[in-house]
Amino acid sequence: MSFLEYTVKTVPTGVAKVLHLNWALVVLLSSVAGVGFLMLYSVAGGDLSRWAEPQMKRFALGLAVMIAFGFTPIWFWRNVAGLASGVALLLLVAVPLVGTVGMGAQRWIDLGFVRLQPSELMKVTLVMLLAAYYDWLDTDKVSRPFWVLLPALLTLVPAGFVLTQPDLGTALLLALGGGLVMVAAGVHWLYFASVIAAGAGLVTLVFASRGTPWQLLMDYQFRRIDTFLNPDLDPLGAGYHISQAKIALGSGGWTGKGFMQGTQSRLNFLPEKHTDFIFTTLAEEFGFVGAFSLLALYALVIAFCLASAINTRDRFSQLLIVGIAGTFFFYFAVNMAMVMGLAPVVGVPLPLVSYGGSAMLVLLAGFGMVQSAHVHRPRNRA
Amino acid sequence: MRRTARDAEASARRVTRRALILAGAQAGVLGALALRLRHLQVEEADRFRVLADENRIALRLLPPARGLVYDRRGTILADNEQNYRVVIVREDAGDVAAVLARLQTLIGLDDEAVERARREIARRSPFVPIAVAERLAWEDVARVAANAPALPGVFPEVGLSRHYPLGADTAHVVGYVGPVSEADLARLEDPDPLLQIPRFQIGKVGVEARMEDTLRGSAGSRRIEVNAVGRVIRELDRREGVPGADVQLSLDARLQNYVQARLGAESAAAVVMDVASGDLLAIASAPGYDPNLFVRGISVADYRGLTDNDHRPLATKTVQGAYPPGSTFKMVTALAALEAGVVRPDETVRCPGHVEVAGSRFHCWRGGGHGAVALVRSLTESCDVYYYELAQRTGIERIHAMAGRLGLGQRFDLPLSAISEGLNPSRDWKRARHGQEWRIGDTINAAIGQGYVLASPLQLAVMTARLASGRAVVPRLVRAVNGVEQAPAPAPPLGLDPGHLREIRRALYNVCQSERGTAWSSRIDAAEMRMAGKTGTSQVRNITAAERARGVLGNDQLPWNRRDHALFVAFAPHEAPRIAVAVVVEHGGGGSTAAAPIARDIVLQALYEGTPPVSAYPASQRNRIETQQRELAPRLMPPPGPGASRA
Repeated sequence: MSFLEYTVKTVPTGVAKVLHLNWALVVLLSSVAGVGFLMLYSVAGGDLSRWAEPQMKRFALGLAVMIAFGFTPIWFWRNVAGLASGVALLLLVAVPLVGTVGMGAQRWIDLGFVRLQPSELMKVTLVMLLAAYYDWLDTDKVSRPFWVLLPALLTLVPAGFVLTQPDLGTALLLALGGGLVMVAAGVHWLYFASVIAAGAGLVTLVFASRGTPWQLLMDYQFRRIDTFLNPDLDPLGAGYHISQAKIALGSGGWTGKGFMQGTQSRLNFLPEKHTDFIFTTLAEEFGFVGAFSLLALYALVIAFCLASAINTRDRFSQLLIVGIAGTFFFYFAVNMAMVMGLAPVVGVPLPLVSYGGSAMLVLLAGFGMVQSAHVHRPRNRA
Repeated sequence: MRRTARDAEASARRVTRRALILAGAQAGVLGALALRLRHLQVEEADRFRVLADENRIALRLLPPARGLVYDRRGTILADNEQNYRVVIVREDAGDVAAVLARLQTLIGLDDEAVERARREIARRSPFVPIAVAERLAWEDVARVAANAPALPGVFPEVGLSRHYPLGADTAHVVGYVGPVSEADLARLEDPDPLLQIPRFQIGKVGVEARMEDTLRGSAGSRRIEVNAVGRVIRELDRREGVPGADVQLSLDARLQNYVQARLGAESAAAVVMDVASGDLLAIASAPGYDPNLFVRGISVADYRGLTDNDHRPLATKTVQGAYPPGSTFKMVTALAALEAGVVRPDETVRCPGHVEVAGSRFHCWRGGGHGAVALVRSLTESCDVYYYELAQRTGIERIHAMAGRLGLGQRFDLPLSAISEGLNPSRDWKRARHGQEWRIGDTINAAIGQGYVLASPLQLAVMTARLASGRAVVPRLVRAVNGVEQAPAPAPPLGLDPGHLREIRRALYNVCQSERGTAWSSRIDAAEMRMAGKTGTSQVRNITAAERARGVLGNDQLPWNRRDHALFVAFAPHEAPRIAVAVVVEHGGGGSTAAAPIARDIVLQALYEGTPPVSAYPASQRNRIETQQRELAPRLMPPPGPGASRA
């Protein structure tokens, strides 16, 4: 089914679209963001203006973007997918030239009103691009080697650029997001099996490269892997972040220490407490109950997206929704695994909760397209 | 591309199927995350809670107040004084240099102190208070407080620091405290965590050092919440420490003060002991030094002044000094001979001025000799030849045993530093120490307290107390700890023939009160206060035959450090002895001229419990004594007024 069908089946038009927005998703996303405001207020020691207020403003902007995107017909998004990806790739390439060094890595382009992270933008445009690609591609050719190699390259080229910034976390998320769309599009399992096998080989290679002149990762990345494998190795040095994060999580217990009572975050034992490690503050102050609730909220976001994907019969819409939801999933799953000591500390924020502008805006824009797919799904004339 | 409706439906079903499989995988990951969360937050919660508390809660020790030291009447010998200091906190000060400059002009700090503070400030965290000046006068503190607006980040603080009100008078007994050194920490097996507190002070010398554990007390603690960089956020709770126990010494502060004053600038030592209980009433070593200098941190110049002084002010000569006892040892030889039955008290020995033994000539101090000498006269006039004879009859082993019974060669367990054992020689000792056989000449030298024999003033006092009481009195310095009286050590009878002791005491009385006695010039007129004593003059050099032929040089003609040591031991009153006294004046010349007058003054001071009336002295000496008392008066403690004592 393609856009031809939209012409024969009705879609809401004008203001009526408001009624057809996926409001449950809006409420869920706002709840997640609300948790974020609460925690940002708490880690600032009860200071609203420090982090919570800018975050609220950005969320309001993001919400407006989402609804605007939702009102825009889905076929528009399919048609601009290629263009958007091209722009994102250009920006990504431009970063080393005009970017500002932040946190030891070149990741920003300062546009004046917002510091844009092209790699964040890339996550959404890559999903758009691959969804459009598979919409265009004859379903019979999906598993043919050339037609598999093409989207793989479309994924790996931007991921490679991000890796050179260097930003391992985002590169990983990009690759995972692209791979996810390919899985959803129906690429044969054997490809993924061989990629996983090759990945295992690569990991071996990366470790073998350590200390040699052709070392593939930065020293700090190797050290992060070391301390991930054994955080007790250096609890005051490289393993400090993860040890303190685990202490914060664990000491929360069932119900937590109470709002604004988290000693680990309040006394600055936690690193990056308002960005990557904000989940630990939540877990410390609201305990297992609070942390699990956030996890459940995230799961519901994914579930509602999935339901929306199943409900639409349009291939682009389906792949887009699954891709956006998947990217969202990878965000919070990697972040949580990271702060719980299940994954290396790679610098991935907790989506919609961590303090930060471009990730939130881009994600909400992505969810805007999910809304667009939802609103503009083909309907039988009732 | 355009698809047929059937293609589209097939594609949608396929995407749906794949999406559901992906959703299943995601649910699996979510499940794993939830399980991990449960593991950390529910199963391991207790462990992490402890770790979180360890993170945030720091224990700060509160130093306890150090125990005080009193004398037997309750006069404070060591107390804790309030010490005003000024600290600066960098983060509150803003422009540290400007604030320090203002503070410097305000309270007159020297550049060195300011520079030291500046370095410390740069080194420490911005919120740590750094002491800029210590021991400020109250006016300085008030000036700082009044100028607070111009001195941001500067606060006056009050702490406790050790103070010794009697200063040099008790320095050798009470000792002093000082900051913990690396050596102190290395010496201790399990150092009290208190010692880690910056600038914490522990006893270094004397009672302060030897009774450190008693005086220190135990630390209190303060549980505080700190953040990741160590800044104190708030105090959680506080447990005060247990102050150190107060120690009451057997000393009599006024007597100690008098003795120290009387010794003056001489290099000398004097011990006054209670004959019955063994209580040490005074143990003075001169010259003294001000222990308060050490508490504050003594300057290099001051310290060099003390170490370079040939009178060794830092040495506690009363217990560290080991001197040849000279003639004060003759009572030991006499008693050994009497108890062995080799001589009767009335048996005479002829003294021609010298004797030949084993090819060597041994001289009496009186070249012309004493003629026929019996026991009492041998002591009264201190005839050496009599003792040369007794030595040969008695043998070194018996003399060694008697010296031991009277307390020589023993290290008494007193809380003082570096107590000397002295030397009570024997055949075995010489063989072990020098690898040589004991010779008869050694016995002869030992019999008059020369040769190998060494004794500390404390040991001489103990010996005298034992002669006076006939009991094995043991010296005692600590009377009570925290108000609990310490039982004196038992003093069993020595088991000596009372008749022999009586003879010895009679002889010692004659030393002071008979015209021929060596201490006749130090006699006492007041009948009930009369002392019995013995002079001693010990050589610190050998007199060669050639020198003797030329005529022995008088002490006055020798450089100070080659003159003889002057000794005197005494007990008083002679009929019912209460105190025993030993005085040693290093290189003082003769015992009768240098040591005996000091001993007499001390005895009278002790018996009259204050300045004695001049009538106690022989009429011919009263003018001189009066002058001496007038000169000493400003150096003495005022007599106790009502309510001044505290027992």
